[in-house]
Amino acid sequence: MSTSGEPVLQVRGLYKHFPLTQGILFKRQVGAVKAVDGVDLDLYRGETLGVVGESGCGKSTVARLLVHLERATKGQILYKGEDITKLSGRALKAVRRNIQMVFQDPYTSLNPRMTVGDIVGEPYEIHPDVAPKGDRRRRVRELLDVVGLNPEHLNRYPHQFSGGQRQRIGIARGLALRPEVIVADEPVSALDVSVQAQVVNLMERLQDEFDLSYVFIAHDLSIVRHISDRVAVMYLGRIVETGDDTQIYEHPTHPYTQALLSAVPVPDPDAREHRERIILTGDVPSPADPPSGCRFRTRCWKARERCTLEVPALAVPAVFRDVDSPAAHDSACHFAEEKTVVPPEAGGE
Amino acid sequence: MDEGATATAAQDEPPLLDVRDLHVEFRTRDGVARAVNGVSYAVRPRQTLAVLGESGSGKSVTAQAVMGILDSPPGFVTRGEILFRGEDLLTMGAEERRRVRGARMAMIFQDALSALNPVLTVGEQLGEMFRVHRGMSRKDARARAVELMDRVRIPAARDRVGQYPHQFSGGMRQRVMIAMALALEPELIIADEPTTALDVTVQAQVMELLAELQREYGMGLILITHDLGVVADVADHIAVMYAGRIVETAPVHEIYKRPAHPYTKGLLESIPRLDQKGRELYAIKGLPPNLLNIPTGCAFHPRCPLARDVCATDEPELYRISARRGSACHFWRECLGEHQR
Repeated sequence: MSTSGEPVLQVRGLYKHFPLTQGILFKRQVGAVKAVDGVDLDLYRGETLGVVGESGCGKSTVARLLVHLERATKGQILYKGEDITKLSGRALKAVRRNIQMVFQDPYTSLNPRMTVGDIVGEPYEIHPDVAPKGDRRRRVRELLDVVGLNPEHLNRYPHQFSGGQRQRIGIARGLALRPEVIVADEPVSALDVSVQAQVVNLMERLQDEFDLSYVFIAHDLSIVRHISDRVAVMYLGRIVETGDDTQIYEHPTHPYTQALLSAVPVPDPDAREHRERIILTGDVPSPADPPSGCRFRTRCWKARERCTLEVPALAVPAVFRDVDSPAAHDSACHFAEEKTVVPPEAGGE
Repeated sequence: MDEGATATAAQDEPPLLDVRDLHVEFRTRDGVARAVNGVSYAVRPRQTLAVLGESGSGKSVTAQAVMGILDSPPGFVTRGEILFRGEDLLTMGAEERRRVRGARMAMIFQDALSALNPVLTVGEQLGEMFRVHRGMSRKDARARAVELMDRVRIPAARDRVGQYPHQFSGGMRQRVMIAMALALEPELIIADEPTTALDVTVQAQVMELLAELQREYGMGLILITHDLGVVADVADHIAVMYAGRIVETAPVHEIYKRPAHPYTKGLLESIPRLDQKGRELYAIKGLPPNLLNIPTGCAFHPRCPLARDVCATDEPELYRISARRGSACHFWRECLGEHQR
């Protein structure tokens, strides 16, 4: 997996505010839910970028912005240097072909009245230039075969398939137009444990086969670690820390990342006695009224006055700037320091 | 079935709950779904039993049968005993059973938003426990509700007691559920995926709270989950379910080190691990079985790497491996032997 070369996607200063209105006839805006509030991301060719965070942190909104299901309030999404937030009509359609999405819930993201063949072939209706009419059926069969489904099941309906199989259908649909980027929003979290591994393996195989770049959004930190080359941690509409998987998982410097990692239950009963757990107090604040300064300060055990006043920038913290260490990666904390929270044996080695 | 194989901690105390050879089926239009096929387990005071399984394994149905909240029809208990402090709940009258449910055993549900009544305030719902079971006045019940909310650390309990469930966050709602289950200080709590709908940081808070309260009140706890991480964190003993049967039962430390059933082993191996980065994850092949049509012999045999001819014809009993362990696999020795980490 080479991450060198040009980024396929570059996100710069992305904002998405959903207006909150009051009144029925004369709606006036009384505020905004700041779902995404200044996000920068790069996605390189052939790599997997994992985005983790808790519910409400804006990770799904980022996904929807990337495939242009939502219009950004502000900021740029550059696909090979071209800003897709400014595009419309034919130009947008052409770009969309290359950025496809796989949804979380394989039960609601497939139309129950359409056959599998029609679902997987529908992208060809929208982009008829990709496959001539006579060729579509054959292509759909091929796609079903690629994702490990029986091509003869073309005429079945979604309800005749299990959750894992449905997610395969969703993946086949995402692949139909041979995109370069696939944005997968929690693609395995609705699946049974024994089936999750099958789908993760499938996605990894397809990545090699079709030279895909993935944005993999999930809340399951161990799966994200397995599949990702780089990881971005989100909290309340912003990225708080980003780096490669070793930097994030073994040398986290942001307190939120540390708390998140320490809270993950480790499937090793021997680890429970000698493991340090950071239990955060309280809940995530409302994105309609985020705290001033650092957004994590209300739950942070390190918070000082500076955190209320100054928004920490996402950059390599000053203490690590000249150090050749995995701790030297982008972290949006005024008081960043290294802390090992995942016990080494929990990784199996 | 050998009772010793399913007995759990080596304690002298008699079990709080002793489920014996329980069978539950659902009579549906498409046929009879055999959801639970001979499940036996026991829980003692202060003990945490984790029932691990995927959707359709029968883990929740077993719990519903124990609580007596099975949807019937279509669900029917067709065989077995559920002994609570030695008394069979299944032969009890409805009135008698109602006095046990809620007061002596309580349940925490996965989805607090749909388990709570949206048109009653949290205080009314908590207070109802005291009014119905203890005959308290409205005023006293409300005071107890505030106390309980304090107990599960809901901030500003006095102000929030009059709020409705939708005004609470997911983690706080789950605390309300826990408060409700604890209200009458039951001897047994059944928690059905109590943290599945919650975020990890909130999940950690809730599990911590539950463990603390368990220590304080000395309750027995049945934790129903599919999450191997949560199990490793809190359980004493595990029962792994597959297609309505317990396929393996063991103390928590032993099962993670040396699983004795290929299904348990497969589940453990499919967890992403550090040293597997860049490699394929181990995946159990195939799909969970259709309960209308459970495979013959061992239900796991179509997906099992160890399967031989005998597995398709002979249903394995829960073989006793040691005093506290059992495995329903003909080849459990092989499974134990070849597993090394």
